[in-house]
Amino acid sequence: MPKLLTGAEIVFKCLEDQKVEHIFGYPGGAVLPIYDELKNHPSIKHILVRHEQGAGHAAEGYARSSGKPGVVLVTSGPGATNVVTALTDAYMDSVPLVCISGQVPTHLIGTDAFQECDTTGITRPCTKHNWLVKDINDLSKVMHEAFRVATTGRPGPVLIDIPKDIQFAKAKYKKPNKEKKLNGKSHNKFSQDQIDELVKLLSKAKKPIIYSGGGVINSGPKASQALREFVELTGFPITSTLQGLGAYPGDDNQFLGMLGMHGTYEANNAMHDCDLLINIGARFDDRITGKIDEFSPNSTKVHIDIDPSSINKIIKVDLAIVGDVTSVISKINKTIAKRKNGHSKSNKSNIAKWWEQIEKWREKDSLNFINSDESIKPQHAVQRLYELTKNKDTYVTTEVGQHQMWAAQHYKFNKPNRWMTSGGLGTMGYGLPAAVGVQIAHPKKLVIDIAGEASVLMTMQEMSTAVQYNLPIKIFILNNQYMGMVRQWQELLHEKNYSESYSEALPDFMKMAEAYGCKGIKADSPAELDDKIQEMIDYDGPVIFDCHVDPNENCFPMIPSGKPHNQMILGPNDQEENKIKGKGKALV
Amino acid sequence: MPKSKSAYSIPSKKQKSDTYIFVVWVDNEAGVLARVVGLFSGRGYNIESLAVAEVDAVKNISRITIVTTGTPQVIDQIRLQLTKLVPVHKVAEFKREDKDVIFKEMALFKVVGKRNKIEKCLNACKKFNPVILDETKSSAVIQITALRREIDVMNKKLKPLGLISTSRTGAVAMTRGAKIFN
Repeated sequence: MPKLLTGAEIVFKCLEDQKVEHIFGYPGGAVLPIYDELKNHPSIKHILVRHEQGAGHAAEGYARSSGKPGVVLVTSGPGATNVVTALTDAYMDSVPLVCISGQVPTHLIGTDAFQECDTTGITRPCTKHNWLVKDINDLSKVMHEAFRVATTGRPGPVLIDIPKDIQFAKAKYKKPNKEKKLNGKSHNKFSQDQIDELVKLLSKAKKPIIYSGGGVINSGPKASQALREFVELTGFPITSTLQGLGAYPGDDNQFLGMLGMHGTYEANNAMHDCDLLINIGARFDDRITGKIDEFSPNSTKVHIDIDPSSINKIIKVDLAIVGDVTSVISKINKTIAKRKNGHSKSNKSNIAKWWEQIEKWREKDSLNFINSDESIKPQHAVQRLYELTKNKDTYVTTEVGQHQMWAAQHYKFNKPNRWMTSGGLGTMGYGLPAAVGVQIAHPKKLVIDIAGEASVLMTMQEMSTAVQYNLPIKIFILNNQYMGMVRQWQELLHEKNYSESYSEALPDFMKMAEAYGCKGIKADSPAELDDKIQEMIDYDGPVIFDCHVDPNENCFPMIPSGKPHNQMILGPNDQEENKIKGKGKALV
Repeated sequence: MPKSKSAYSIPSKKQKSDTYIFVVWVDNEAGVLARVVGLFSGRGYNIESLAVAEVDAVKNISRITIVTTGTPQVIDQIRLQLTKLVPVHKVAEFKREDKDVIFKEMALFKVVGKRNKIEKCLNACKKFNPVILDETKSSAVIQITALRREIDVMNKKLKPLGLISTSRTGAVAMTRGAKIFN
């Protein structure tokens, strides 16, 4: 008879069999048996965070930078509710997380016991699936199933709620099933006919554009490789969503920059005027489409996505290909290569005019800004940071707001999994703990959180985690003393009524760094910026960099809402020429 | 109409909504109904009626029948979102006007009054397979099976005849002929 194991032992057996090396967590009454078992499993390292939300975001950073699922361990009640923001964030951005939460003993469930909450009820809408394990004999099956659900198809978070008595109870351990039965839910549902149809569209297109998204990153490094081949074979211009940055090299000439609300002029105009739009692993988010009725009005639309419910959700498409991006693009590339009549050459001449038009849009140089010798412009700071770090394999996380958009616009990513940002949920406070997770996954790499001073204060306590594990993360704060994006909208939409968007009291970040036991660096003027950034890069340990930037800078270009892609507001250079009329302003 | 000050888009023209019936086969496990219903409420879909019960005790399968309204795009989304739920095995949907599908609701009417009024009630229900489940000198419980709107009509009609309480199920559905839902 096989040995009986306790629930806590089974949890670790499963984690070992799932090849988990790191878990992010915070102990508490209802998970103590699992924490007690930790010492017997040296292959699994626990990272003690300072708040469960931090554990969730760190696991997200870990997952997004490594391609492996992030594992979170929290206690019942407040432990579980604190992780809800991170679970929702992971759900919106399709990040594979496995969250294990403790629960009060089964006989106390429903009695309002100490630190009891309806964890599976609360997390049901923000996980792909969740389980309350009420029978010890189900535990190993549920654990393995959880990893499978989190990592297959469109990835996402799952949660396993384990009552304390189940952690003590004993049962046999079951190894994961090799066979992958998916309730009839296989992910590649496309046919060669669909691929042929797409290839036909490719050869006919005169004004094509590829719009790629986070799905390419989620599909793994091979997907980015296949995408690059596809773009080269076709000669088509490519733009990317916020989450897709890095799948295609940001400094390549065929790349038009990010699209959407703060995307480039050329990318958005190309989206509007194209005759063939190929969406690869993106979901027509409302920050991308602008006004739905006037979204890319004259194009044939193709959508490649692993999640069938993404198809036709917002934009009706003409050809839908449901499948994993790697498989679909590889199949397309093969099909193109098989066609003997040199499709790529003939098509490249077809689209020469289109490229001329794109070059004209490019001349607008929509990411421009008026630089200054006196104050540091935030865009300039990101550009300098990029120039000084581009030769290293740098990982960048961000918080949410203006600094996030400037980072997306001015930092060029050449590899997938190097850019971690909260796009769907827009969680301020994401970047610092995410950087912790990234650094755990990549101990030797340079990890920078491009932050805003308001966002970073939301999860600042995780600096303590960084110091505890000597994680040399660099927190690069673009400090403008405002919730910048809020202030920008108030300026443009609410007659400059800056209601509660100014932080009257901010901590001294230098002293804060000292208090946490890490290094503080401050930059006030453009003249010292490069030296200070270099000092930050060269320092072997965590750094808080307080970069004082011009507080009045706005993030341009911008699509005002209720407007289509071809009606963007451009930056100050352009605004000098055409002042926005009062009526236009109301439409932002 | 005042101009939008929002950074979200303005709703575009609404398409026409139709009534559809969804049939969902799910694992009969704790919380499965909450998942299905939560999907509807969370995404703003509407539920007109709901019927759920286990139909296969060996395989542990429950069958949920949901009547809902929505534009074709919304109906598509409902099907695709339901299919994504882990305990969902299959999903079928059809329009209420579909001639190949039978759907029925059951209602229990409690009528209190003199004998002749109860007789009148029974008469009125004739078309809908009335069954008397309980009878006393001054009351009766009548069961009928009918379409939703027919039950609505009966509900109104029986009020003056002494109807004091109505209890009704959600619709259940079945295809005609030998074929089953795919």
